[in-house]
Amino acid sequence: MSTPTTVDAVCDFVRAHTHVVPRGRGTKPLLFDVPPGAAALDLSGLTGVLEYDPGEYTFTALAGTPLAEVEALLAGHRQYLPFDPPLVRRGATLGGTVAAGLSGPGRYRYGGVRDFILGLRWVDGRGQLIRGGGKVVKNAAGFDFPKLMVGSLGQLGAIVEVTFKVFPRPRAYATYVVDAPTLNVALELQSRLLMAPLDLEALDLAPGPRGTQLQVRLGGLAESLSARLGRLRDMIGEGRVRQGEDDAALWEAARELTWVPVESALVKVPVTPRRIPQLEAMLEQTSAVRRYSAGGQVAWLSWPHAVDVLDTELSRLGMAGLAIFGPEYVGGGPFGLIGVKRSHQAFAARVKAALDPAVRFPEL
Amino acid sequence: MSARSFLSDLAAVFPKTRLLTGRPQLTTYESDALTAYRTTPRAVVIPQTTAEVVAAVRACHTHKVPFVARGSGTSLSGGSLPVEDGLVIALNRMNRIVRLDPSERLAIVEPGVINLAVTQAAAPHGLYYAPDPSSQQICTIGGNVAFNSGGAHCLKYGMTSNHVLGMQVVLPDGELVTLGGESLESVGPDWHGLFVGHEGLFGVAVELTLRLLPRPETFRTVLAAYRSMQQAGDAVSAVVASGLLPGAMEIMDRLALQAAEAAVHANYPAGAAAVLIVELDGESQAVEAEFQQLRRVIEGTGAYEVRVPATEAERQAIWRGRKSAFSAVGRISPDYIVQDGVVPRSKLGQALAEIDALSAKHGIRVANVFHAGDGNLHPLILYDGRLAGAYDRAEALAAEIMQVCIRLGGSITGEHGVGMEKRAYMPQLFSKADLDLMWQLRCVVDDLQIANRGKVFPGGEAPALRHGGPHPLERAGIISRE
Repeated sequence: MSTPTTVDAVCDFVRAHTHVVPRGRGTKPLLFDVPPGAAALDLSGLTGVLEYDPGEYTFTALAGTPLAEVEALLAGHRQYLPFDPPLVRRGATLGGTVAAGLSGPGRYRYGGVRDFILGLRWVDGRGQLIRGGGKVVKNAAGFDFPKLMVGSLGQLGAIVEVTFKVFPRPRAYATYVVDAPTLNVALELQSRLLMAPLDLEALDLAPGPRGTQLQVRLGGLAESLSARLGRLRDMIGEGRVRQGEDDAALWEAARELTWVPVESALVKVPVTPRRIPQLEAMLEQTSAVRRYSAGGQVAWLSWPHAVDVLDTELSRLGMAGLAIFGPEYVGGGPFGLIGVKRSHQAFAARVKAALDPAVRFPEL
Repeated sequence: MSARSFLSDLAAVFPKTRLLTGRPQLTTYESDALTAYRTTPRAVVIPQTTAEVVAAVRACHTHKVPFVARGSGTSLSGGSLPVEDGLVIALNRMNRIVRLDPSERLAIVEPGVINLAVTQAAAPHGLYYAPDPSSQQICTIGGNVAFNSGGAHCLKYGMTSNHVLGMQVVLPDGELVTLGGESLESVGPDWHGLFVGHEGLFGVAVELTLRLLPRPETFRTVLAAYRSMQQAGDAVSAVVASGLLPGAMEIMDRLALQAAEAAVHANYPAGAAAVLIVELDGESQAVEAEFQQLRRVIEGTGAYEVRVPATEAERQAIWRGRKSAFSAVGRISPDYIVQDGVVPRSKLGQALAEIDALSAKHGIRVANVFHAGDGNLHPLILYDGRLAGAYDRAEALAAEIMQVCIRLGGSITGEHGVGMEKRAYMPQLFSKADLDLMWQLRCVVDDLQIANRGKVFPGGEAPALRHGGPHPLERAGIISRE
């Protein structure tokens, strides 16, 4: 099968097939299932940064561009994607990150992938190239298709180009780590930080066999960090400071999800701080390793059993999840969406009918 | 079907006090803050519950009557202008804060809640609602969500869509759906993200889940006065290049400064061609360190006067001048059009030079106030509505300014929306395929095209009557246009 390297070729591919499943470099294999009779549309050949002006805080790139390439380019100008896209080292692409709707621990500070996407071009179910949004940091013209496509899993079309807002990268970082005896104690410390007027880059909880670790990342001018760390100590008690490579390694492991064992599936579950104990009560009876990120707004689970079991458990809890990668035998629902379906169907079905009337792309 | 059966359907649900059909009552709803347009609706309903909104929308769908949902009517793009012979659904009485949940950092509100009321309710917990359009004392959350409202802090904090977690929506056939949820994260397509900024075309939001943030601990502000606009523009670039991320960066030009001076005696530096205001916000120790850096940057930008407010009162005075600039223009001109365009930040200087040239060519004064951090221009085009043809000439100039924004790679609206005002420019910004798809979506979501009919898409219904002069609320100093 050919890999298109131009936008026109993607349009031709879509028009030439009745069932199309878009994919990038395959870092999230549970999110694209190619059933018999469907054609996989490999977008990994569509690479390259098309526009980048550091003074504008924006760039435009083709969807198959690896995140690693983008991050290296931005780093050269002391800029970054503040939402910390995950799985960079594994080869994740810009388009795949948008289609999967994934953000890393840095989403705590300024927002997630949905908050940084400004515009995109995609090929719709009619095989037409469509543009949504724009290339400027503020824009209110036309329907917000860029946001719609975040998390769309290829179900609404094939993303071919994206425009993002970027920010200046903090000059220095430091992380304050506190070992709490229990998850509940850690949640209590976290809630103090959530309500405080602090500018935290990241705020994660890592439950383990001997309690839960609270990881609090600060960023900014180096001269302000020690005073700010002192303030954290006053608020949440004694802890350890990690700086330099030590700090970088901690957060690299978090965003790369290197702690997920190969025999487990990675599952994302949106939560809120108050719902974490409910999820924990279910997980305690399993050997699932987990991490709560972005101030208790998302759970990352490594699920060691069949995904359909988790599907049932999440439904019981009224939660939704996204099974992202794992060994093939863990299965999972079509396109990784598990747990409850929210009551958006009437609206969703209409949007799908408009964007993909012949259901050329995977069903919702 | 007859008008009577439509109205009797409504009368079965709404008492007379909340179903307005008399001419004098309807007059209040004839226009919004784009006062150049006026249309009389057939009726106005004032629902108090979601069930009543559903009933009103169902009646419209059954009888094929267009409807427009409306909050405080502060739209500057004519977004809440009634449709001729249609229904206005006035949501001001659905103004309850359903749930304020500080520990989850969210508020669930009805659409008629005033923007500032959310922040006021959250304030005792040290939290606030970040989007702050300058009409925030009167505009409603429902309207903010429909038009994806902005404000002065969008570069750092984003627009309304970045602060809406979920919602309950009445679709244009009366079906009630829930989009999004209470978490900042979600799985599957971002349906609520699509809904924000729909400009009333996808139905009526009846309940909104908003994200709250801790109120910044410290604000540090600097005002710099320049002899030329070019210097002010370059100063913005210098701040950006230094790696700082200010909460707000605002510029006012000579004419806007004169107006602000006349209105509120802002006491800005005399003789300035441009004034730049930069504000950092956040955690005290971080902001103090960054402010030292900001001052060093500003010192190198050729400002002939730099002021750092020493007290909160002095800081507020700086902002009062800026926030009053729009209505203050009323002091120096009987009428004005507020434009809203965006250009890439690095093209701000070029855009302003072109606006100057257009102003000279047309012989029409233009005052400029803008959110420099995000390239969002607000040219105020001054005219005298009592003179024959003056409005049309002003609008012709506005159209040329829009062409400049499009040509420089920007947008026709940063925060006011397309509404009535910008419909004609849509084909210049979007391709036929783009617009056709938006139209397809509009038609599938709303099979009868009754929700805010005639807005957003070019070639909608016949334009409403035009009229000059400020909005009555604006004259009274209650609202300002931005």
